[in-house]
Amino acid sequence: MSAMLLKSVHVIDPAAGRNGRFDVLIVDGKIGRIGRDLPVNDARVIELPSSFIVTPGLIDIHVHLREPGQEHKETIATGTASAVAGGFTAVACMPNTDPINDNASVTQFIVKRAAETGVARVYPIGAVSLGSKGERLTEIGDLRAAGCVAITDDGRPVGTALLMRRALEYASMFKMPVINHCEDPSLKGDGVAHEGAVAAMLGLKGIPGASESVMVERDVSMAELTGGHVHVAHMSARQSLRAVRAGKARGIRVTAEVTPHHFVLTDEALARHGGYDTNTKMNPPLREEADRAAMIEGLRDGSIDVIATDHAPHHADEKALEFDRAPFGIVGLETAVSLCFDRLVHPGIIALPRLVELLSTNPARVLGLPGGTLVEGEPADISILAPDASVTIHAAALRSKSKNTPFDGWTLKGGVAATIVGGRVVYANPELLTLNL
Amino acid sequence: MTTATTLRHRHLLGIRDLEPGEIDLILETALAMKEVGARPIKKVPTLRGRTVVNLFFEPSTRTRMSFELAEKRLSADTLGMTTAGSSVVKGETLGDTARTIEAMAPDMIVMRHASSGAPHQLARVCRASIINAGDGTHEHPTQALLDAFTIRERKGTLAGVRVAIIGDLIHSRVLRSNVWLLTKMGASVIACAPATLMPPGLRELGVAVTYDIDEAVKGADVIMMLRVQHERMHGLFLPSAREYFTYFGLTPARMERAAADAIVMHPGPMNRGVEIDSDVADGPWSVILDQVANGVAVRMAVLYLLAGGEGEG
Amino acid sequence: MAIVMDADRVSRSLTRIAHEILERNRGVENLALVGIRARGVPIAERLAAALKGLTGIDVPTGALDITLYRDDLMRHAVGPQPVIRRTEIPFSIDDRLILLVDDVLYTGRTIRAALDALIDFGRPKAIQLVALVDRGHRELPIRADYVGRNIPTSQQQSVQVRLVELDGRDEVEVEG
Repeated sequence: MSAMLLKSVHVIDPAAGRNGRFDVLIVDGKIGRIGRDLPVNDARVIELPSSFIVTPGLIDIHVHLREPGQEHKETIATGTASAVAGGFTAVACMPNTDPINDNASVTQFIVKRAAETGVARVYPIGAVSLGSKGERLTEIGDLRAAGCVAITDDGRPVGTALLMRRALEYASMFKMPVINHCEDPSLKGDGVAHEGAVAAMLGLKGIPGASESVMVERDVSMAELTGGHVHVAHMSARQSLRAVRAGKARGIRVTAEVTPHHFVLTDEALARHGGYDTNTKMNPPLREEADRAAMIEGLRDGSIDVIATDHAPHHADEKALEFDRAPFGIVGLETAVSLCFDRLVHPGIIALPRLVELLSTNPARVLGLPGGTLVEGEPADISILAPDASVTIHAAALRSKSKNTPFDGWTLKGGVAATIVGGRVVYANPELLTLNL
Repeated sequence: MTTATTLRHRHLLGIRDLEPGEIDLILETALAMKEVGARPIKKVPTLRGRTVVNLFFEPSTRTRMSFELAEKRLSADTLGMTTAGSSVVKGETLGDTARTIEAMAPDMIVMRHASSGAPHQLARVCRASIINAGDGTHEHPTQALLDAFTIRERKGTLAGVRVAIIGDLIHSRVLRSNVWLLTKMGASVIACAPATLMPPGLRELGVAVTYDIDEAVKGADVIMMLRVQHERMHGLFLPSAREYFTYFGLTPARMERAAADAIVMHPGPMNRGVEIDSDVADGPWSVILDQVANGVAVRMAVLYLLAGGEGEG
Repeated sequence: MAIVMDADRVSRSLTRIAHEILERNRGVENLALVGIRARGVPIAERLAAALKGLTGIDVPTGALDITLYRDDLMRHAVGPQPVIRRTEIPFSIDDRLILLVDDVLYTGRTIRAALDALIDFGRPKAIQLVALVDRGHRELPIRADYVGRNIPTSQQQSVQVRLVELDGRDEVEVEG
C-alpha cells in the first residue's frame, strides 16, 4: 500500500465547494481522504510552497493526438507527455486521424495505444458521419461501447442541418453530445485568415466571423428541436457568443469552449515581425479585438463553459510553407495554463475557482467524464499549479513532437508544478518542485 | 520630407516598409536611369559581375521582361526561373527552392509568387537581397513606384494630386502598394469598385471609398484602372462583364468629368471593353505605354540602390 | 588649411585655358565641352562662355554623371550608394573633339570612368582633358591637357574647390 499526503495545501475544487487549506491523502492511486490535520502514518508527506494550488486534474477536451496515421506530427505517447507537462491529467482526442475514428476498431486501437503508451487518460471522440463526409451516420452505439465519449466531424462542420438533427437525436440516446466545428463552407471559401482590415492589407483571403456564427445559430436551433446537447468547438466570433447566450437563456442545451489563443491574440499577430508567420494560422482564425474582448467577457460571465486548447501539432516542414498552403493549427497543451494565469487570473478577469471550473469541472461535465472534482474513493487525478511562477516558453523544449506555437519566447506568470494521474506523479517541473520519488 | 541617401532595408518587399524619403530617393535615381535608356548604347557597367535571379513562381511576361531589361542595362548577369519545369512542380517547398538557388550565391533575387507573404518568408532565410515582383494579392512595390514616377513626370509632384483607383480592388496587389505609396506621398486617393470587390480597411488608411464611378472620376487628375479577371464572374463577385462595363467601365463620356489634363493609367494587361474602353486606352489621356518604359528605369533604380547592400534586413 | 587660389586666380586660369584651347585646336570647329558632375559642369559652362566671347561661336556643352561607371561602387560598404544625377549630352559626340572638364585631377579614376561613359555615347575624334587643379598622385596613366594650377599635395590632404554657381564663391582650398 503506497500513500502520499499533500500536507496543508491550498485546494480549489468548486464542484465540491472547496477553496482552502486541506490535507489530501492519496492511497493506492485513489483519493483516500481530504480533511484537516490528517494522521500521517506511513504516508510520504509532501509540502508545497504556500502559493501553489491543488486542483482536480485538468481535462482538455479538444486535442489532436494524430495517432493513427500522422505519427510524424504527434503520437499518443508524445501527446499525452505534452498534456501532463501542461498540467492535464486527461484529454479527449479528435477523430480526424488516418483512418478517421468512425468505427469501433479505430476507437479500440486508440484505447489500446493509450493504455500502452499514454501517461494521461485518453477519451476518444468518434466521428458523426462515415469518413466525416456528412453522408451516413457512424455506428454511434458501437463507438460509445468502444469508449467514445462524444461525436464530431471536427476538421469539418457537421454538413447539413438534417445530419445535425439526426446526430443529436441519435447521440442523446447514448447520452453523448455532438461537438461541432461551426463553419459554413461557402462563406469560408478558401479563406486563410479573419476577414478584416489586417487580412485585407496582407492580401490574405478572409473568413468572416459570420461563417462561424451562422452555423452556431443553426446548431442551437437543432438542439432546440431535438432536445439534444450541442457543444460549440473552438468558438472565436462575438456573433457566435451572442447566439450561445441566447440559446442558454432559452434553456437549450448548448455549451461552448474557447481556446487560449482566441482570448489572447488577435489578427494583428499575423502582421508582426515581418508578417505571415504560419504559427498564427489556425481555423477558426485569430479574429479582431472586438471578438477577443467578447471571448474574455464570455469567460467572465459564464456564457463560455470550457477552455480547451485545440492542440493541433504539425511537422515543421508542413508549417514552413507559404501562408496560403500551410496547414491550420498550433499546439496548445503546454502553454494553456500559463496563458490562463497570465491573461485571465492575474489581471483580475476571473478568480481561481472559475479557472478550475473552465479547465476541469466543466470539461468533465460537458463530456460526462469522471473527474473534474476530488472525491474520496475515486482515482487521484490531481494538478498542482503555481500561479506566481515565472515561465518562459521555449518552443524547442516542448514535449510535443511538434513545435508550432506562436508563443515562443513569451514570459508568463503562472505555471504547472506537477501532474498526478491515478496517484502517480507523471510530471514534475524540476524548476518548481523537487519530488524525490 | 528630405530625400534619403540610402535605403534602410536590404530587401524591397513592400511599399509599406518605405519612408517617403526613400520613395523620393528611388524616384530621383530612376530619373537618371531613364536617361540611360535614351542613349545609343543603353548599358552602364554598374552591376557588372553581379548575379540576379528572376524567380517567378507565377507566369508574367511584362514584369519579367522589364526586370530582365533593367538588369541587363546595368550589366548584371541574369538568371530566369519560372515554375514550369522547376522543382516546385515536384512538390519542393518554397524554402528548399530558395536555398538551392542561394547555393549559387546570387546577389539579388527578384521574386513573384502567387501566395501573399512568400517573399517575406523567404527574406527571413535568404542572404540575397529580395525584390518583391508581386506576391499574391499583397504588394507589387515596383509597379507602384513606376506609377508614381509616371504621375510625377506628368504632374510634377505627387502631393495634392487627386487619384482615382478603379477596378477589382479586393484581389489587387497593385491597389495595396499604390494606396501605401500615394498616401505616404500626400496624394488624395479615392477607391471605386463594386461592393463585392471592395476590401475593408481603406478608410482607416485615409482613402475615400465609393461604388459610383462618376463620383470617383469627378475632378480626378489621375485615373488608375485595374483589371477585372473573368474568374470573378465564377466566384459570385460579378454577374457579367457587360454589367461591369456598364457601371464601372471607363469610357470617353466618363472622362469628361475628370480634370482637364487628367491622365489614365493601367498596369496591364488590359481587358478592353471590360474595365476600359479602347478609345480611352488608346486616347490622348493614356500614359499606359509611358508606364512600361518607366518600369525599366524604376527597376534599374531599385536594383542599383539595393546592390549597395548595407541596409538592415 | 590654405586658400591656394582665390576668385581672381580662378578666373584668370580659366581665361588662360580658353586661350590655350583655341590655340592648340586652331579654333573651335568641331569642339564640344563635357563637364563631369558636379563641379566640372560650371567650369565647362564658363569655358563655353569664354570661348564664345573670343570667337562668337556657341560651343556645345553637356554634363556627365560618372557614378554608374565608378570602379569603387559596392566594393566596400562604407556608406550609402552615391546619389546619381542626370547625364545631359544633348548632341552627338561622334567625330567631335571632346574637352572633358573636371575640377580636381587626382588618381585619374574619375577620368577613366568618364572615358568609359563617353565611349558608350559615341565615337569622338579625340578627347582632351581640362582640370582646374592637378594635385598629383595618379594611379592610372592619365594626364591633363590643360591645367589651371598644379598643386602638390600629400594623400592625407584634401582639396576643396568652391564655385559661385554651387557654393557662392570661387576659391580652392587645401585642407590638412
